[in-house]
Amino acid sequence: MPPAVSRPLSLLAVAGILAAAAAAAATPGELQTGYEAIARKETPAFAGFSASRGAEFFRSTHGNDWSCSTCHTAKPVVQGRHAKTGNVIQPLAPAVNPGRFSDAAKVEKWFKRNCADVLGRACTAQEKGDVLAFLRSLN
Amino acid sequence: MNIDRKRRLFDLVVWITSSLLALSLLAIDAQAGSRNLAADNATWRAECGSCHVAYPPALLPAADWRRLMGSLARHFGADAAIDAKAAAEIEAFLAGNAGRGEGASDAAPRITTTRWFRHEHGQLSAAVLGSPKVKTAANCAACHPGATSGDFNEHAVTIPRG
Repeated sequence: MPPAVSRPLSLLAVAGILAAAAAAAATPGELQTGYEAIARKETPAFAGFSASRGAEFFRSTHGNDWSCSTCHTAKPVVQGRHAKTGNVIQPLAPAVNPGRFSDAAKVEKWFKRNCADVLGRACTAQEKGDVLAFLRSLN
Repeated sequence: MNIDRKRRLFDLVVWITSSLLALSLLAIDAQAGSRNLAADNATWRAECGSCHVAYPPALLPAADWRRLMGSLARHFGADAAIDAKAAAEIEAFLAGNAGRGEGASDAAPRITTTRWFRHEHGQLSAAVLGSPKVKTAANCAACHPGATSGDFNEHAVTIPRG
């Protein structure tokens, strides 16, 4: 029989793991609130996010060969394909792919890479928030 | 007569020795191949495999992998930057299981420019490699159905048509 102390200790360990998981997990809404806070600092005249502006941004090229929709499709409720490797890309819209925009570090990793490829620079919080508004409007 | 028999014996010894040598070299090669192609690491699989087949470490020597990992922000025309912790883990995995042969002959460490790759795939026409289903010689899984799990057995190869 295990010593009595082991149970409270293991419960504590489980609680710790859950707390750590909760800290890493996010919802698309929480991420958008985070972008709003940054956008307000970046642009004092910030007037909210726009799904239609996000759609326009998502579907346009910005000086380079690729737009977001080149790989993700113009309405990313469906699978896309990597323009270069042909790798299947799962839908971006959280309504059809609940795993999307649920991990802040992963979201930032991909915005960093893809904004560099599409725009040749980092995206602003306004741009990220607009794209997220567009993706959240899809179902 | 005696000389003739000696010569035949000599030929036989040379033949057996060279056969044994060839067989042992093949065995070493096959052993190294199977061990390295099966090497696995969850971070490597998730990060590299999110855009393309997670190419097995045995396909390039350690120096080429280090060069590649040192320039992820400019990765064959795309930004593939990852955080330092993941990069260090992946580089150690790649270098630790790297191939021992010649590396890429291109300025960029492309697997498709290594001598063995060109030897193995030299009979494929540009039309096959550039077809819509293949797109590029780097798309292993187009013809090797087990590529994502490290299975490149040539008996399983199916070349898509059209």
